[in-house]
Amino acid sequence: MNIIVCIKQVPDTVDVRIDPETNTLVRVGVACIINPFDMYAIEEGLRLKDKFGGKVTVITMGPPQADEALREAISLGADEAILVSDRAFAGSDTWATSYTLARAMHKIADYDLIICGKQAIDGDTAQVGPGISAHLEIPQITYVKKIEELNLHSAKGIAHSVIRAERMTEEGFEIIESPLPCLITVVKEINEPRLPSLKGKMRAKKAEIKKWEAKDLDVDPALIGLNGSPTKVVKIFTPPPRKGGQILRGEAKEVASKLVELLKNEVI
Amino acid sequence: MSIKVINEKCTGCKLCIKACPFAAIEVKNKKAEIDLDKCTLCGACIEACKFDAIVLTKISPSEIDFPRKIEEHKGVWVFCEQKNGIAQSVAYELLGKGRELADTLGVELCGVLLGENMKNEAQKVIHRGVNKVYLVDSPMLKHYQDEPYTKTLIKLIKEYKPEIVLCGATSIGRSLISRVAIGIHAGLTADCTGLDIDKESRLLLQTRPAFGGNIMATIICPNHRPQMSTVRHKVMKEAAVNNHHRGKIIEVNYDAQTYKSRTKLLDIVEEIEETVNLTEADIIVSGGRGLQNPENFKLIEDLAKVLGGAVGASRAAVDSGWKTYSHQVGQTGKTVCPKIYIACGISGQIQHLVGMQSSEVIVAINKDPHVPIFNVATYGIIGDLFEILPELTKKFKEVLKK
Repeated sequence: MNIIVCIKQVPDTVDVRIDPETNTLVRVGVACIINPFDMYAIEEGLRLKDKFGGKVTVITMGPPQADEALREAISLGADEAILVSDRAFAGSDTWATSYTLARAMHKIADYDLIICGKQAIDGDTAQVGPGISAHLEIPQITYVKKIEELNLHSAKGIAHSVIRAERMTEEGFEIIESPLPCLITVVKEINEPRLPSLKGKMRAKKAEIKKWEAKDLDVDPALIGLNGSPTKVVKIFTPPPRKGGQILRGEAKEVASKLVELLKNEVI
Repeated sequence: MSIKVINEKCTGCKLCIKACPFAAIEVKNKKAEIDLDKCTLCGACIEACKFDAIVLTKISPSEIDFPRKIEEHKGVWVFCEQKNGIAQSVAYELLGKGRELADTLGVELCGVLLGENMKNEAQKVIHRGVNKVYLVDSPMLKHYQDEPYTKTLIKLIKEYKPEIVLCGATSIGRSLISRVAIGIHAGLTADCTGLDIDKESRLLLQTRPAFGGNIMATIICPNHRPQMSTVRHKVMKEAAVNNHHRGKIIEVNYDAQTYKSRTKLLDIVEEIEETVNLTEADIIVSGGRGLQNPENFKLIEDLAKVLGGAVGASRAAVDSGWKTYSHQVGQTGKTVCPKIYIACGISGQIQHLVGMQSSEVIVAINKDPHVPIFNVATYGIIGDLFEILPELTKKFKEVLKK
């Protein structure tokens, strides 16, 4: 079974704090990490490989330093890694990004399942996963919290493989079945990511990362980068920071009465 | 869009280097240089620069000429998401905003409804002030599924050519509209919290949070139609009901091929035993590590019940197994913006704050006066939640006469 996992390198927010004076994000010394949701995607890919055999290919589109994120994925157990990187891709919005990644999938050609995190924590769009499946014209299951079953069959030379998964909704979940190849996006509940092994770390150091540029992908130049992006950012600003308000102190009874008085109108 | 350093203004102070999350800036000969291979145009350096020496070169909405094809697109559409045959409240919120946008543009506001036996529901949508409802009624569209809904919506858009399509940023909306936008090469902006029209260019100005709400971006879509946005639930005000409002229902049907789905929806499981639907709730009471053990969540549940609210949890509480993932508020959980958010025993790490800081009123209860949650709390109570919560529940019960 061939699995592709799409990942994105994002700035780490674990140690990020708001500067109390300027009320902006403190970014000094903030390292880059693999998008947290993509860690669950990698883990799910590795678990499926452990069960069914085959290989896990991780792919990312980004600047040259995204190489680090791919090496981390290899240290966890991914077999191959591809960096899709070219200055011509700079300024891509979700349309152009999913187009470019879909062209890379097309080049890989042989895949059964594509796994993405539900969204990246920097852009928060959740659009690239479904965008890739739309470009590839394959089915998708978003917000997967559990893969219930995966059957790999082939009869008379035709594959009849199916995946059955639980898709998280606002009210609960849906159980959805899809033929493969298919794309899924995963949420945190699906698994608990493993830690890299020492052997994996050694392998990651030496691993060869494929680098694919625009000329390697058979892309239409009008559909990549800034040109291929229908949306344009016209303004970036910091929202007025939220300020701390009133502090209530005193006996439990007293503060409870005060708060109820303050919120009474909102609650009724 | 591109970014550049104005050399005359740059003093080589290196503030931008510290601010750049991508290590894309170096100072050479006392001037900042941006490595465009690394830069993602996030704008952090622009904020940090005290000398206005870094600028994003933008496209001004009014400088753009419309190709003729764009002018063929008219009207504002709202995709009215339905579940079990009932249009969801997020759709009514978008109709409220959609009406404003349509009036500013001087065009029609239309609802789009897909489902089975939806005529009555279409009438309800009309009573929210739309001019038309495009109704596609088929047993195959009874429940949301990616492919039939995508194909149907693409066909409708191609046939009737709206200039704006709005949709809730829900689990349905985000899956559907992302696919639709690819199919028709339209621009799509996710999870908007502000929508407006630039009167001169007639373009939709879409404002959305990024980096968990610490940066806001305004986005336009100059050369493609329709301009599409998913919009965050609970941000816009619902359109008022007017039972005398008249509008047209336009029934559209497509061939069976359009409604065909390769995925099969086998079951819908609703977890209604607890108040889980955080995104719908007006009041959320959330618990964190300060509760000390899962049994103490009862204090949270009691208060939520009296207030008719939902129960949230911090990542720490979820990772400890005290509450299921569907309750998690924050970066790797849900983003919520209720009217009142009551955080109990939650310290308020950035990952939690980005998931709830747009709530109207935030109440924080914590015994440590130095925790960051107090920096965003409208009302902060420094004290023992085990004493305060039961009192609060009691008092609210009295006030609400429950």
